[in-house]
Amino acid sequence: MRRQIPFKAILFLPVALVVGIALMLVVSQKSVKAAPPSGGGVTGIVKLDGTPPHQKPIDMSKEPSCAAIHKDHPATTENVVVGSDGGLANVVVYISEGWSGGDVTPSSQPVFDQKGCQYQPHVLGVVVNEHFKVTNSDQTSHNIHPMPKPGGPNHEWNKSQPPGSPPIDAVWPAEEVAIHVKCNIHPWMSGYHVVVKTPYGVSDDKGSFKIENLPPGNYTLTAWQETYGTQTQKVTVAAGKPATATFTFKAK
Amino acid sequence: MRTQTLKLTTCAVAVLAFAGLSFAQVTEYQEQQNLGMEAHADHVTGHASGATMDYRRYCAGCHGVLGDGEGENAVWIDPKPRNFTLATFKCRSTPSGTLPTDEDLFSTVGRGVEASNMPSWNPLSPQQRIDLVAYVKHFSDRWKTEKPGTPIEIPAEPALTADRIKAGQALFQKLECWKCHGVDGRANGPSADTLTDDQNRPIKPFNFHDQTKFKCGSTDRDLYRIFMTGLDGTPMPSFADNVKPDEAWDLVFYLRTLQPMHTKEKEIAKQLGLKPINPNAPAPAAAPAPQPQSNEPKPQ
Repeated sequence: MRRQIPFKAILFLPVALVVGIALMLVVSQKSVKAAPPSGGGVTGIVKLDGTPPHQKPIDMSKEPSCAAIHKDHPATTENVVVGSDGGLANVVVYISEGWSGGDVTPSSQPVFDQKGCQYQPHVLGVVVNEHFKVTNSDQTSHNIHPMPKPGGPNHEWNKSQPPGSPPIDAVWPAEEVAIHVKCNIHPWMSGYHVVVKTPYGVSDDKGSFKIENLPPGNYTLTAWQETYGTQTQKVTVAAGKPATATFTFKAK
Repeated sequence: MRTQTLKLTTCAVAVLAFAGLSFAQVTEYQEQQNLGMEAHADHVTGHASGATMDYRRYCAGCHGVLGDGEGENAVWIDPKPRNFTLATFKCRSTPSGTLPTDEDLFSTVGRGVEASNMPSWNPLSPQQRIDLVAYVKHFSDRWKTEKPGTPIEIPAEPALTADRIKAGQALFQKLECWKCHGVDGRANGPSADTLTDDQNRPIKPFNFHDQTKFKCGSTDRDLYRIFMTGLDGTPMPSFADNVKPDEAWDLVFYLRTLQPMHTKEKEIAKQLGLKPINPNAPAPAAAPAPQPQSNEPKPQ
C-alpha cells in the first residue's frame, strides 16, 4: 500500500521554503552584525578619589646594577599609581557578564619584563591559555615566582632567569583575578598577572582604558585594582556606538 | 515450622539487603573521597583504601586527618607539615609547577625529609608505603585531572676534575646562588633574611656547611635534581631552563666542596686553594666552562 502524501503538505512545502530562506537571510545578516563593528567597545577612565597613599621608596642598594638604573628617579612601590590628573593606572577592566563571543583569541604575545628590579608592566593582563613571555632585561638573576591561589586551578611555579637567558614561555590554564608574582631574590619586587576569559583593558598612566571588538549588547564590567579590590558597572554597547564607563576608587 | 522458616528467611533477606546497601554506601563514599586512588612504584601498586588505618596512626598527627597539614602536632613543628590538599611538593623529579611522580613521593616517604620532623618510614613495608602514597594523593583532585610532569633526565655522572670544580664555582657566582646561600654557602646571602615560603612563613636557605644531607636526598644525583627542578612552595627556583646537564654536574662538584664531611671535591678544592667567590668581581671565565673532552658523560 502506497502512503499518500496529504495535499495540504504539498501546499505547505513552498511556503516553508520561502520562510526558511527568509529566516536564513535574517540570521546571516545578524551574524554579519555580530562580527565586531568598528568602534564597538567600551572606553573609559579610572580615577582615584582622595589623597593617594604614600608609595614607599625602594632601597635597592643590595642590587647595585638595579640601583644605578633608578639613580635619578628613585624606585617606589607601585600599589597605587596615580597620574597627575587623578587617573589610576594598572587597573584591569574586563567583562564579567554578558560576553557570549566564546574564547577570546589573543592578538599578540604579551611580555612581562623584569627591568630595574621591577616588573614591566606592573600588572599584566592575559586571557586563559594565552602564551606570554617572561624576559629579564637586568644584569642580575631573578627568580620568577607566580603564586596563584593555593589549591586552585592554576599552580605555582618558580624558575630562575639569569641575565641574558632566553625568554620563558608561560601560560595560565584558568581564569584568576589576580595572581601575585614575586622574586625571592629581590623581596621588593611585586607584580600581578590578571587572567580573564573575556575582552579586557588595562588602564594607562592617565587612567584611561579601552575594551575593543565588542558586539552590541548589555555587559557588566569589573574593574580590579590590587589595593582597592573590585568594582562593577553595567554598560550597553550599541551598534557602531562605543559605550563609556568611569570607575572611581576611594582612597583609603 | 513453616512460620519459623519464613521468619528466618525474612530476617536473612533483611540482613543481606542491609549489608548490601551499606556496602554500596561505603563504595560510594570511597569514590566521593577519591579512595579509589592508586599509586605505582617499585613494581608495587598502592591503594588509598588500604592506607586509612596507617595514615591515621602514623601521619595524621602532623599532616591532619584531612591532609591539610593541620594535625595536632603541627603548631609545634617548623618547617610545617605538608598540606596535601594543595598538591604542591618540594621533592620532585618533574619540572616546577607540575605534579611529582609516584616514585618521587614513594622515595620521600621512605627517606624522610632532612632537617624537618618527617622521619624515614622505611620500617613500614613497601606495600604500606605505596598505599600511603596513594592516600596522600587522594587528598587533592589535581591527581584526577593532571598527569605528573615528565621527569628531567640526569646524565651519568662525569669524572671529577679540578676544572669542573672551578667551572662550578663560576656558575655559583653567575647564577647568583650566593644571593641566598651566601658567598661560601653559609646561608647568609643578602636576600637570606627576607625569604618566605608560599604561605608567607619565614624560611631559611640551605646551609651547605651545616649538613651532609639535603632535604630531598643525599646523593650527587639528588643534589643535581634539587637545583634543576627547584623546591616548589619555597623560594628555591628551577634552573633547568638555564643550566645545561654538563654544567649542572660542575655545580654539583663545587657544592660538594662546601659541605662539612670529607669529600674528594673538598680535597681538590684545598689543593687548588679555592677561595669563596667575590660577588663584586666579574665572574671568572663563566661563559665557556673548560670541559676536558675525555670526560664527556656517557648516555645512560
